Amino acid sequence: MALQSLDIMRRSASPTPAPEARSPMEVAKLIDVTTCIGCKACQVACSEWNDLREDVGSCVGVYDNPIDLSPQAWTVMRFEETEENGKLEWLIRKDGCMHCSDPGCLKACPSPGAIIQYKNGIVDFHQENCIGCGYCVSGCPFNIPRISAQDNKAYKCSLCSDRVAVGQEPACVKTCPTGAIQFGSKEDMKEVAETRIADLKQRGYDNAGLYDPEAVGGTHVMYVLHHADKPNLYSGLPKDPQISPVVKLWKGMLKPVATLGIAAAGLFGFFHYITAGPNRADEDHDEGAQQ
Amino acid sequence: MQLSRRQLFKVSAGGLAATSSMATLGLFPTAALAEVRQYKLTRAKEVRNTCTYCSVGCGLLMYSLGDGAKNAKAEIMHIEGDPDHPVSRGSLCPKGAGLLDFIHSPNRLKYPEVREPGTNAWKRISWHEAIERVARHMKADRDANFVAKNANGVPVNRWLSTSMLTASASSNETGILTQKFMRALGIIATDAQARVCHGPTVAALAATFGRGAMTNSWVDIKNADFILVMGGNPAEAHPVGFKWAIEAKKKGARIVVVDPRFNRTAAVADEFMPIRAGSDIVFLGGVINWLIANDKIQWDYVKAFTNATFIVNEGFSFSEGLFSGYDEAKGRYDRSSWSYELDDKGLAKTDPTLSHPRCVWNLMKAHYARYTPDVVTDLTGTPKDAFLRVCAHLGETAVATRVGTILYALGWTQHTVGAQNIRTMAMIQLMLGNIGMPGGGVNALRGHSNIQGLSDLGLLSTSLPGYLTLPNEQAHPDFASYLAKNTPKALQPGQLNYWSNTPKFMVSLLKWFWGKNATAENNWGYDWLPKWDKMYDILQLMEMMYQGQMNGFIVQGFNPLTSLPDFNKTSAAFAKLKYMVVIDPMTTETSSFWQNHGEANNVDPAKIQTEVFRLPSTCFAEEDGSIVNSCRWLQWHWKGAEPPGEAKPDQEILGELFVALRKLYQDEGGPGAETILNLSWPYRDPASPSPEELAKEMNGRALSDITDPTGKVLLKKGEQLPGFAALRDDGSTMSACWIFSGCWTEAGNQMGRRDNTDVGLGNTPGWSWSWPANRRILYNRASSDAQGKPWDPKRVLISWTGDKWAGIDVPDFKADAAPDTGMNPFIMNPEGVGRLFAADKLVDGPFPEHYEPMESPLGTNPLHPKVVTSPAVRLFASDKERLGKHDEFPYVGTTYRLTEHFQFWTKNVRLNAIAQPEQFVEIGETLAAEKGIKAGDTVKVSSKRGFIKAKAVVTKRVKALKVNGKTVHQIGIPLHWGWETVAKKGYLSNALPPAIGDCNTQTPEYKAFLVNLEKA
Repeated sequence: MALQSLDIMRRSASPTPAPEARSPMEVAKLIDVTTCIGCKACQVACSEWNDLREDVGSCVGVYDNPIDLSPQAWTVMRFEETEENGKLEWLIRKDGCMHCSDPGCLKACPSPGAIIQYKNGIVDFHQENCIGCGYCVSGCPFNIPRISAQDNKAYKCSLCSDRVAVGQEPACVKTCPTGAIQFGSKEDMKEVAETRIADLKQRGYDNAGLYDPEAVGGTHVMYVLHHADKPNLYSGLPKDPQISPVVKLWKGMLKPVATLGIAAAGLFGFFHYITAGPNRADEDHDEGAQQ
Repeated sequence: MQLSRRQLFKVSAGGLAATSSMATLGLFPTAALAEVRQYKLTRAKEVRNTCTYCSVGCGLLMYSLGDGAKNAKAEIMHIEGDPDHPVSRGSLCPKGAGLLDFIHSPNRLKYPEVREPGTNAWKRISWHEAIERVARHMKADRDANFVAKNANGVPVNRWLSTSMLTASASSNETGILTQKFMRALGIIATDAQARVCHGPTVAALAATFGRGAMTNSWVDIKNADFILVMGGNPAEAHPVGFKWAIEAKKKGARIVVVDPRFNRTAAVADEFMPIRAGSDIVFLGGVINWLIANDKIQWDYVKAFTNATFIVNEGFSFSEGLFSGYDEAKGRYDRSSWSYELDDKGLAKTDPTLSHPRCVWNLMKAHYARYTPDVVTDLTGTPKDAFLRVCAHLGETAVATRVGTILYALGWTQHTVGAQNIRTMAMIQLMLGNIGMPGGGVNALRGHSNIQGLSDLGLLSTSLPGYLTLPNEQAHPDFASYLAKNTPKALQPGQLNYWSNTPKFMVSLLKWFWGKNATAENNWGYDWLPKWDKMYDILQLMEMMYQGQMNGFIVQGFNPLTSLPDFNKTSAAFAKLKYMVVIDPMTTETSSFWQNHGEANNVDPAKIQTEVFRLPSTCFAEEDGSIVNSCRWLQWHWKGAEPPGEAKPDQEILGELFVALRKLYQDEGGPGAETILNLSWPYRDPASPSPEELAKEMNGRALSDITDPTGKVLLKKGEQLPGFAALRDDGSTMSACWIFSGCWTEAGNQMGRRDNTDVGLGNTPGWSWSWPANRRILYNRASSDAQGKPWDPKRVLISWTGDKWAGIDVPDFKADAAPDTGMNPFIMNPEGVGRLFAADKLVDGPFPEHYEPMESPLGTNPLHPKVVTSPAVRLFASDKERLGKHDEFPYVGTTYRLTEHFQFWTKNVRLNAIAQPEQFVEIGETLAAEKGIKAGDTVKVSSKRGFIKAKAVVTKRVKALKVNGKTVHQIGIPLHWGWETVAKKGYLSNALPPAIGDCNTQTPEYKAFLVNLEKA
C-alpha cells in the first residue's frame, strides 16, 4: 500500500525484487558550502517539519548546536575555522544523511523493511521495522544514523520523503535563505554545481569542485566545496568514504550463516509469543518510570 | 494472514529477529513494509502572513488544524515560507522557520495579571479589573501632573510623569491608534525600538537625500556590481534579504566585509578586513579622500545632482576638531554659520566651475585631506593594502555603467557618531553617482518587522505621522508659526520642494485627531496637541525615572530592561515607579524586573513597591493588519488562529483603556479633560477599533465633496483618497499619515495585493504597496542624467519620454516636469539636490568628523587631541560617573545579534533555544591565551556599570589590532539572553554599555565601550 508515489528500489534484508516498470526521476540535494552562512534555518525547518525537538543543550565554546546529530536532530551545521593559503576561512557544512546510491546502512541492516531506498534515490528509515541493532551505524561511511535511547530505534534525515512524495522540495531546501541548498533532479543539480564551480575558480579557488563520492555509488546529497581536494577541512568530511569491510563481509559470505542463527532465534521468539504471549516488560517499566 | 502494520510490529517485537529471519526464509507475506510518512498539510487551512521578526518582511504560509469548518478550532500546526513572496521566495531564516514555537511558547501570556507592591508573585485578575485599575492609576497621575500651559501661557497640554514605549513589531493599525491615544493624553515621554536601532539612519539619510529610509529594495541588491558590507552583518541579521547579495555575487559582483570580527557575512564574502569598533568615519573619510585624490568621481552626477557647487557661508569653519559656532558651556553648536550663501531672492549661490574656495566641493576636499591611508590604518587597525582595495572597488563604480551599494545596520547607528557614520557613506554614494540607481543606494537594513512603520507613524517623542514634527513650545507656539517653520521655500529655482505641502498634510492630520471638533476657527485643534520642551527619548525618560520624576510607565511590546543600555540603572529606575503596565504576548524581564534571579538580577522584591500589570496581547498570527518592511512595503497579513487564553489584540486593549479613561473624565472632569473629550473616536466598537477602520484612516478620505478649480467633483464626500496628492489644507480631507495615502483607496486594500510580476530588474510593483505613491526605488529620477537619459542602458528605472517620465517604477518626481525645467531629483530637499554638505540638518556638523567612542581604548584622538569625543554629545551627570577608563577596562566590547535569535524574544522559542542555547562571548586566540581562557570556559566580562558571565568562544575570527601604536583587543558580546527563557538562563548583556547616545538621535553606543575580562 501507499507506494504509488515513491517506487522502491531496495529494501533492507528483503530479497523480494522491487517493481521495475516505472523509472522515476533521480533527485538530489545540492549543498553549496561556499554560499552557506551557517544560519541553521535548515536545522530549524527540519525539526519543525519533522516534529523533532532536541533537548536544549549548552555552549561548549563553538557555534555548533546541537553539537551532534541525534534522533531529534537530523541535520546540524558544523563550523570549522581554517587558514587556507594564509586566508582565514570559516567553513560551515550542513551535515546529515548523504542518501548514497549504494547505502551502507541498508546493506548492513538485518531487519526487513527498516531501511528503504526509493528509486528517486532517497534512503529512508522506517522505525516501525527497526530492531535497534545499530548495524546501520557501523554500515554508514558518514557516521549519520543515531539510535534513540528512548525507543531504541535508528533515526536520520528522510530527505523529507513525505514532501517529495507529493511534489514538494525538502523543508531544509525550501527555507535556505541564500539558496545554498537546492533540490532537483540529480542531473540538474550537477549542472548547477558546474556553474558554481566555474564562478569559484574565477575567484581564485582553483580546487573548487563537487563532492559526489564514487565509492558509495555517488550520493543524492552533494556538496560544492571551495577545496574539493581537501574535504577533510569541512569538519572531517571523508575524502574517500568506504562502506566498512565488515558490512561487505556480512553481505557477502557470512549472511547465509548468520541467517540460520537468526532464524533459530526468530522461531524461538515466535513460539514464545504463541505460548507465553507478548512480552510486557517494557510497559511495566514505563509505568514504573512515570511513578 | 492479514496483519496491520501495528500488529506486525508487535509480533516482531515479541520475537526480536522474527521478521528478519522469516522474511529471509521467504516465510513472510508481501504486506508493505514501507510507507512514506503521510503528508500532513493536504487539507489544512492555509493563511498568509508576514514574519514578525525583522524588516525583510518574509512571506509566511501558516497552516492550521482543521479545514476552516466552524466546529474545528484552528490551531496553527506548521509555518513555512510563501514561495510567491518577491523577497523571500519561500525562504525563512532560523527565526522564521521556528515561528511555530513562538506562537506556542510556554511563555505566552494568557491572562491579565498583577504583581502587587512588595509581593513576590503574579496574581491573575479579570480584564475588567485590569482596565479599571490601570485607568484609575493613569487618571490620578495625569490629574496631578498635567501641564496645560507653560510659563509663557502657551498651551502645551503635556503629561510627563507617565511615559509610554511602543512596539515596533506591532501593526501600523496598532501604531496609529497608539499615536492618537498617547497624544490625546498628552504623553510625549515616549519612544519605540527605532530609538535603540535606526534612529541615526533617519537623521542621516533625511539630511542627505530628503527621506530617512532605505533607498532601494531587498531584491534590487541583486543589481549591484559591488557590495560593501560595513556597520552591519546581513547574513546574520537579515539572512533572507541577504539572498539578493548572494544573487548579485552569482552574477559576478564582489562582496567585501569590513567589521570588528570575521562574521557570517564574511564567511561568504570575497574579502574580509578587520576594523576597530568606533573608527568607521576614519575609514570612510579616508575613502572620500582617496576618491578625490584619484579622481574617481562621477562628475556629471556630482555637478548636476549634489550641492557640490553650492557656496557656503563665510562664517563656516572647522579647526582643531570643532566646527564654527561651538558653545562650550552648553556643549552645543549654534548652527547658523553652517549654511549657504544666499542671493537677494533667497536662493543659494552656486559655482558650477567648482573654483570658489568656499564651494561645498572644495571645503569637503580640504576637510578630508587629513584622512590619508596611513591615518586610516593607524586609527582603524585595518591593513593599508586591504583599505586601498576597498577604495579601488568603490572607485570603479564612479562610471555610469557600474554601480555599488552598501548594506549596513546597527554597526553604524549605535555610536555617539551614529548619524555621521551613515552620512559619510551617503556622501560617498553621491560622489560615485550611485543614488537613485538600481543596484545602488544606501541600504539601511532595518531591525524589527515594523520599525519602519512605527517611524513612519511618528511614534517617537517629538514626531507626528509622516515625518511631521510634533509642535515645540518655543518654535511653534501657534499654528501659524508651526506652518511657517515647517513649510520650506525652494533654495533653487524650479524645484518641487515637496514639503511646501506641509499645510495639507498637517490639516488633514488634525482632522483625523479631532474630527468635527477641528475647525478653521480653532486652527484645526492645533492647541490641543501636546508641545514639547525637549526630546523625551528613551535615555532622557530613563534618566527622569532614575531621578524619581516618573510615576507611571506603559510598555507595549518592548522589553526595555533587556534592550536599554546600563541595565543596573534601568532596574533601579523601574523600582522607583508607582505603576507599570506591560502589554505583551510573552513574559519579559521588564515585567518581572522585581524578581530575584541571583547574580543576574539581584533585587529584593519586598523592597520594590511598583505595582506591575501584565496584559496579554495577540501576536502576528492572531490578527489582521499591515507592517512596513525595510524597503517601505506595507504588507497586509491575515489572522490564522485565535490567541491563547484571554489574550487580546492591542487595539482592543487600547480601546478599552481609552473608553474607560474617557468615561472617568466625562464623569469626574479633570485637568486637560478637553484633549480627551474632543478626540475623534469614530469606531464602530469604540472599545475595539478594527484594523480595517484604522488602515482606511491612515489612507484618508474626503470629508466633503472635493472639486477642481472648475467645480468638477473629483472625490465625493466619504470616498477614500487615491493618494496624498488629493490632500487639502481646508479641512475637506482627513489622513492619519500622509505618506501612507494610497494604501487603501476606493479600489480596496492595496497592501494586500499579491501580483508578483517582475516588470524588470526585480521590481514587483503589484506586490503589496510601497510608500510614497508605490515608488519602489527612492530618488529614481537620478537614474537618468540631467537630460533625462538613463546613465546605464542596462539599468533603466525611469526616463524622459518627451512628454513625461516613465519606466518600470513610479517616478519619484513630478511626472511631467521636463529636464529643461531644471527640477532636480531630490524632491524633498528645498535645494532639489543631494547634500554633500548637510548644512544645519545635524547637530554635530555638516561634514562627518571622527570622534572617539565615549569610552576610548586610546584615551586620545590623534586627529585633534583636545577634542577626543564628540563635542555635541548629551551627557547626564549620572552617566558621566558611570564611564570607565582604558587603564581599568582595557578591551573594546561590542554587542550584537546572532542569526539564531531575534533580540530577546526567541529565547522563549524552543526551536531557537535548541539552535543556540547558552550565552557566550567571542574572544580572540591571543587574548584568550594571555588570560588562560579555553573554549567553553566560563568568563566574566565587566564594565564600569556591571558584569555578565558567559561561556567563552575562542576564535581566530577576532584578531588583535595595532591602533595608534598599541594593541587593541576586541570582545564580541551577543545579546540574547535573560531569565524569562526556555533556553539556558543568562545575564543581560546590556549591563555593560553606557547610557549615552548618538548626538542627533540618542541611539545608545552599544557598539564600542570598554570592558575587562577574567576567567570566572
